[in-house]
Amino acid sequence: MDFQVVVLAGGISKNLSPLVSKELPKPLLPVANRPVLSYVLQQLEQSNLKDLIVVVEGEDAALVVGAWISGTFIDRLHVEIAAVPEDIGTAGAIRAISHHLTAKDILVVSGDLVSDVPPGAVAATHRRHDAAVTAMLCSIPVSGSLDSGSSGGKDKAKKLGRYNIIGLDPGKQFLLHIATGAEIEKDARLPKRILRAVGQMEIRSDLMDAHMYAFKRSALQEVLDLKDTFQSLKEDVLPYLVRSQLKSEALSNRTPQGEENGNEKVTSQNNQVFVSRILANASTPSFHDRSSENPDGSAPTRKTHKCCAYIASSSSYCVCLNSIQAFMDINRDVTGEADHLLSGTSSDPNNNIGPSPKLGTKTTVGPHCMLGEGSEIGDKCQVKRSVIGRHCRIGSHVKVVNSIVMNHVTIGDGCIIQGSVVCSNVQLQERVVLKDCQVGAGFVVTAGSEYKAESLARKEK
Amino acid sequence: MGAQKKGATARVSEDQEELARNPLQAILLADSFATTFRPITLERPKVLLPLANIPMIDYTLAWLESAGVEEVFVFCCAHSKQVIDYLESSQWSSQPNFSVTTIESHNSISAGDALRLIYERNVIHGDFVLISGDTVSNMSLTQVLLEHKERRKKDANAIMTMVIKQSKPSPITQQSRLGTDELFMAINPVTKQLLCYEDKSEYSKGFISLDKTLIADNPSIILHNDKQDCYIDVCSQEVLSLFTDNFDYQHLRRHFVKGLLVDDIMGYKIFTHEIHSSYAARIDNFRSYDTISKDIIQRWTYPFVPDILCGSSAIKVERQGTYRASDVTLSRSAHIGSFTVIGQGTKIGNDTKISHSVVGEGCTIGSNVTIEGSYIWNNVTIEDGCQLRHAVVCDGVIMKSGAVLQPGVILSFKVVVGQQFVVPAYSKVSLLQQPTQQDSDEELEYADSTSGTGELQSDKLNGDIAPDLSETAYELGTGGVGYIWSVFEGAQDEEWRHSVAPIPTDKLVKLMLDKDEDEEQLTQVGNVLSASGELKAGSDDNGSEDDDNDDSRDDYGFFEKEVEATFLRAVHENVKVDHAVLEVNALRLSYNMASVDCAGAIFYSMMKLAVESPHNSASELHRNAADIITKWQKLLKSFLHDIDEEIEVILKFEEMCLESAKEFAALFPQILHLLYDKEILQEDAILRWADEKEGADESDKVFLKSSEKFIQWLKEAEEEEDGED
Repeated sequence: MDFQVVVLAGGISKNLSPLVSKELPKPLLPVANRPVLSYVLQQLEQSNLKDLIVVVEGEDAALVVGAWISGTFIDRLHVEIAAVPEDIGTAGAIRAISHHLTAKDILVVSGDLVSDVPPGAVAATHRRHDAAVTAMLCSIPVSGSLDSGSSGGKDKAKKLGRYNIIGLDPGKQFLLHIATGAEIEKDARLPKRILRAVGQMEIRSDLMDAHMYAFKRSALQEVLDLKDTFQSLKEDVLPYLVRSQLKSEALSNRTPQGEENGNEKVTSQNNQVFVSRILANASTPSFHDRSSENPDGSAPTRKTHKCCAYIASSSSYCVCLNSIQAFMDINRDVTGEADHLLSGTSSDPNNNIGPSPKLGTKTTVGPHCMLGEGSEIGDKCQVKRSVIGRHCRIGSHVKVVNSIVMNHVTIGDGCIIQGSVVCSNVQLQERVVLKDCQVGAGFVVTAGSEYKAESLARKEK
Repeated sequence: MGAQKKGATARVSEDQEELARNPLQAILLADSFATTFRPITLERPKVLLPLANIPMIDYTLAWLESAGVEEVFVFCCAHSKQVIDYLESSQWSSQPNFSVTTIESHNSISAGDALRLIYERNVIHGDFVLISGDTVSNMSLTQVLLEHKERRKKDANAIMTMVIKQSKPSPITQQSRLGTDELFMAINPVTKQLLCYEDKSEYSKGFISLDKTLIADNPSIILHNDKQDCYIDVCSQEVLSLFTDNFDYQHLRRHFVKGLLVDDIMGYKIFTHEIHSSYAARIDNFRSYDTISKDIIQRWTYPFVPDILCGSSAIKVERQGTYRASDVTLSRSAHIGSFTVIGQGTKIGNDTKISHSVVGEGCTIGSNVTIEGSYIWNNVTIEDGCQLRHAVVCDGVIMKSGAVLQPGVILSFKVVVGQQFVVPAYSKVSLLQQPTQQDSDEELEYADSTSGTGELQSDKLNGDIAPDLSETAYELGTGGVGYIWSVFEGAQDEEWRHSVAPIPTDKLVKLMLDKDEDEEQLTQVGNVLSASGELKAGSDDNGSEDDDNDDSRDDYGFFEKEVEATFLRAVHENVKVDHAVLEVNALRLSYNMASVDCAGAIFYSMMKLAVESPHNSASELHRNAADIITKWQKLLKSFLHDIDEEIEVILKFEEMCLESAKEFAALFPQILHLLYDKEILQEDAILRWADEKEGADESDKVFLKSSEKFIQWLKEAEEEEDGED
């Protein structure tokens, strides 16, 4: 398949502090003890999409990520690592690497996507319709765990509830409208022009844009060249393409060099689809016949491009790791109900305990837990719905519920950890109580302290 | 258990009883409360106009009877006597299981008035069908009534079910084949609830807006541009009382339907029922008259077609959809084309060609006449060599030899067209003079001069006709009688839309080009919007760091903008301070703000102006600010009644220095001093502010520190004063 894949892996995302650091950029955040990026790469590999560019924000992060990829996926994927400056947005990132893009179609995937939707299916839909852009849409995940121990961020997620307002044609193949960002909270404004052409539009607010797009390269590059203020693929480029789908010559007319691209983009077949749609319902067919054959006077032929949607089935799993809450949710889901995502690794599906666990007496590890290799747990501990990384030392009488403990963490006796994230190399001294907290890498929590819904991190030097 | 069961069965039988007790009723509005059929409707009510030689109301009544309606209330208003007389003399007055009752009114000017009157009469006892007398349909009501009743049982607020039908308006003319304006509806695909109804009357260019609460409540909404409103409604009794409660509801759709959709207090719901294979349409204008006539001739409305409706063997269908009455006198050389109806007693001369037309009863058509796509009513005389294309010719018209009707002409009753005269396209000709006080269609519909008083007016006009005719006779050539109505300003371009004539090609080409231009603009507007959207997103980051971004916050944002605009206008147009105070006060009332907010907003606007006016250095900026403050201090002071408001000003200033106008940060103490000097701020306010800030975070105290000296000075001054006392 002539598809080039761009994985936008991100960098040191501010949303996720204190979990991420220079040593551990966002792409390498562990989800069930595997870097989050590996989920995307594995899906791509399974879809036989092996020509990849991984875009990382920041030189340092790029080095770390590059080292990891070359260590893990060598011989399996053909990966180039590109570093781009921070805060230039997704569109900016593509712009920065656009000279690397050569294939006819480009698949852009966000590196923080944990999903079981095959990227190959999105690519195939894109090809089938010869679309300018195809966006993958998935059902909005049901956020929040059943248990009580979840962080305060959840309420906010519930309040938002909607991520996109999406308009689809009756066949659910074409994307006719998309509202993102601040627009969602306002009254929806839907273009009549597109509605007139199609006749009927389904407005869905239970779908969201899952950050996986297939673009026709010419269309993508043209938009990026033309609109240099566009920052984000999700909020600028995609809505622009969707908005202008019946009127794409507006795009190619303004730049001289756009002309030849425009022709590529607009297929005559597509043109006919719309004309025949108009024809089918017209009150005076004779006129349309004539105008489609011979556009009157200076009237340009209607140039259009298609925007397609690939709607993932509601049973598939699809979440972006873009907040601490999402990080917790994904870890819980991947070890729990969505454990098929882990099928690539060799471990017991019910209880993913590493090869050499050392459990003390009367210690129970509940279902849907994960325990990394080389970790030790003392006596009379309880671990429920949690992920514990490699080489951790956990004392006795420790309770870990709904939490994520990364690698090389030392937990003293009698600690209680609920709904928290504990990063690598953290030291929790005796009788620490954490509830809904995030503890940054290398932090030391002194004995007996109690924290609730706080974010603890070392001061930057 | 057993008892419960009994109760359930009892209720079922009760329901059945109820059904049995209430015969199905219908309200038929025999007045469209519109003027689209003028000038014809000045002399005859619309429901009595012939449709393929049978009055429209007969189609409606025949359908209602066949659909199982047992009691029809015919509401007559304009020309009510004609309607009543017709119904009394017709077959409908003597049907066994179908009673037709007329309700007469002389002062109703809208459907709303009509329904209010019917409510007062208290004749409707259950669900009823609401239609107007110009509806042609053959749909079965069983299904929609059943759906309506089922819904009602579950939800008492489901008071109306609208019948809709697939019909895609042309994307170019943006009107349906019936000549009605395009309609946008939002429907919940599962429940079929109608969520939004937008026709042209509230034409917002290019975009439809759906309320955000709708989207929140319905995960999936289907927006339709491909449906036609059939104007057949199944209503519950509440509809009538709703009209009475809301005395300003006039139009069934524009006011009633939209009123219900917008008003969520009562929670009334409207649902839709889509019909697929049956026919339903309403004659709204001349184009739908043309379209529906053709549909009838082509038998889409079966069994409501001329040969069956007439009952006897008076009219027969021949090949190619030609309907001919039994006693037509037809010359051998005359050619009757396809889809044509010829009524009783009509005589047609040699070499005359008629196609796609309807010719009424008792007409005399000469030789060499060409009639194409026209509607000729009864007792019309057309002399030799006339040509008619896409025209409507009413009863008793005389067309002298060689007269020509161009497409879209309407000749009202008894008009005479002179020899060789060519009536220009889209003319409306009548013996009556055009009512003068018309300005636009829209207003007319509910103006007092319509329908109700229409008759009186026409009587008066009739009296005037005789003297006037002589001088205007030449309007229709030699021997012609009648006035050509002028088209109102602005409507000229739109005349072709609703005419019987097909849409001319050049119009379509023009529209297509216009549309492309429009779209060009729209795309550009879209771009601008997105650009501003980005900007806004940026400023949002500045403005609202606090998470509780609730409504009051938004309101304040708007308010602040309004105040700023007012202030800038005051500055640029040299508005007097007093007036500016009044304006700001008015804003305060309309946004329900306190004077604290006003003070904050005014101060913000002043400082913003200072920053935005050109300056090169901090001292220049200071001078700018000083000038503005000096000039407008009175405005600011009129909102500073107590110390809290003054503190608000300081806080506002602090906020500005931190966020939107960082340039002021360095000048903070100077400006504070200035405000003190100008007696805008009292020393108490400044000291209170300093006290409040004392306990704040380090980062919050930046400005407190920078103005420490000044505050120190103030404190000392105060102490001194105290000492003096």
